[in-house]
Amino acid sequence: MGIPQTNSGLDSGSTRVHAAADEARLFVEQASYAYGAGRREDPPFALAPVSFQVRPRELLAIVGPNASGKSTLLRLLAGTLVPLSGRVRLDGHEVSRLPARIRAQRIALVAQESALLFPLRVWEYVLQGRRPYGRWPGFETPDDWAIAAEALAQVSADHLRDRWMGELSGGEKQRVVLARALAQQPLLLLLDEPTLHLDLGAQVSLLRRLRRLARTNRYAVVVVTHELNLAGAFADQVVLLQQGKCLRVGTPAEVFERELLEQVFGAPLEIEVTPAGRPRVHLRAEP
Amino acid sequence: MKPLTARRVWLICGGMLAALLVSVLIALKLGAVPIPATDLALSLARALVGAEIPADHQLIIFEMRLPRILLAILVGASLAVAGAGFQALLRNPLADPYVLGVSSGAALGAIVSLVLLPRVALASPVAAFLGAVLATTTVYFLGRRGGQLDSHTLLLAGIITASFLSAVIMFLMTTLPSSHLRGMAFWLMGDLSVAPPVSLSVLFMLVAAGAAAIYTTAADLNLLLAGELEALHLGVEVNRVKLVVYLAASLLTGVAVSVSGAVGYVGLIVPHLLRLVFGHDYRLLIPTAAIGGAIALVLADALARTIVAPTELPVGAMTALAGAPMFIYLLRRRMH
Repeated sequence: MGIPQTNSGLDSGSTRVHAAADEARLFVEQASYAYGAGRREDPPFALAPVSFQVRPRELLAIVGPNASGKSTLLRLLAGTLVPLSGRVRLDGHEVSRLPARIRAQRIALVAQESALLFPLRVWEYVLQGRRPYGRWPGFETPDDWAIAAEALAQVSADHLRDRWMGELSGGEKQRVVLARALAQQPLLLLLDEPTLHLDLGAQVSLLRRLRRLARTNRYAVVVVTHELNLAGAFADQVVLLQQGKCLRVGTPAEVFERELLEQVFGAPLEIEVTPAGRPRVHLRAEP
Repeated sequence: MKPLTARRVWLICGGMLAALLVSVLIALKLGAVPIPATDLALSLARALVGAEIPADHQLIIFEMRLPRILLAILVGASLAVAGAGFQALLRNPLADPYVLGVSSGAALGAIVSLVLLPRVALASPVAAFLGAVLATTTVYFLGRRGGQLDSHTLLLAGIITASFLSAVIMFLMTTLPSSHLRGMAFWLMGDLSVAPPVSLSVLFMLVAAGAAAIYTTAADLNLLLAGELEALHLGVEVNRVKLVVYLAASLLTGVAVSVSGAVGYVGLIVPHLLRLVFGHDYRLLIPTAAIGGAIALVLADALARTIVAPTELPVGAMTALAGAPMFIYLLRRRMH
């Protein structure tokens, strides 16, 4: 059983051609947001209007320094924040207006931290991803189990099935959390700093996996990340934010300009272009 | 890998109902006047077929012990389900109607109705429900720190609220005739010896409605335990679920307190033990907590009736003797 609505017959040949042929799935049109200065401890924050589009099979990275509005933008995409102006539409539907259950069938979000109050087995955790499809009283069907098992297989974590969530390493846990999102069979997959607690090898394999999943399952994938080089190496598009403003949207090569990144991150940088045409950012050695 | 199925829930609940039946038989047998097992069996069998039974057995078994056992079932089931509900609502495994001060709120409501409307029977459960709702709201807002529910602040807020409400209750009790005082003192501790002013069947219907309402949210509560935002992302209508559980758990607490006073810790001990045995899934926890709470209170009350017979202890003393040390143990274990 394939995870989402895959039409694997289309998968032959260059995926790039098909990606270009796909209609855009996620439309962000001049979406903005502002937090009120209601609570003393939070400074008021505003996200200026942002626009971009993501097609199925595409991976878009949102990059920027701390407090640039990355997580706010992600929550707008997830539909849990309502934009102050503009619209966020997924296949024509405004995401913040969808009922929670329908939204969870179309959008899966991998959050930074997931605190468990009680210990849970890996398979129980992944089955939670089937909840948006459940009917009262919410017992999972054999189909749900098969989909959860398939999701675990897609992240190469079948062997973890009976382990406790609390026993997993950072990389294993991240894969299982991803598997729960896959079990939701979403159209749009959102990840908030998924590489935060991972070592370099795990970071690269996660991004590879995301790109492969985007291609095979026809997801539109949006990743918030601090890792410029991961974004440069794996993203089809990059959105660069600074202090709540979108400075540029484009391919990594278009966005990763030395002057621009040096100004945004306040560090001396060098940018090298790999033979594959991917930009790579280095910290310029101090003299 | 053993996913939960409806069949498994039915099987486990069936087994637990059998255990409840056994504990009811034990509770019928025990008491100030012990009844030999064979005599009990004979009288029950005769009653089942509608035959004549000895007058003393009629009095002790069917007029004294059985109504009290039914009351214990009602109160135990209510408190255990309410406790499990509050634990998910507040994301705190130590939540319990008594510890949170919700029982005290309900008790205050019941006393106020006794002072203002002494002749309206249904006033006391309704007022107890309103008191429970108010206490839950108060504790919920006192237990927040920086916009977040803080586990220890919440427990502290509950305990302080309970102590404050008890003071108000004491104050109101001085306005009642002094002949009521001993009964009131027992009632405050949690006591099943007074027949409820409302018919048991009405109370059972209220409890069934409250427990059923919580059960409709069981699958969502599993997700709510991981946090509200995460539950929202998994399609849970968080605000609706919270409102249902909040009202239903308050109703259950209100009904229980209006008939038995503030019996403590049932909502803490019973769900905790069941989690150890059956895991954390609310689709199994809610029904087993209802039956398990009933078993626990039937047995606790049987002990309370016999331990210093012919004098009777309030059942709340029994549950507190077992529950308070367990609360401290769980609290300390969580702190490490």
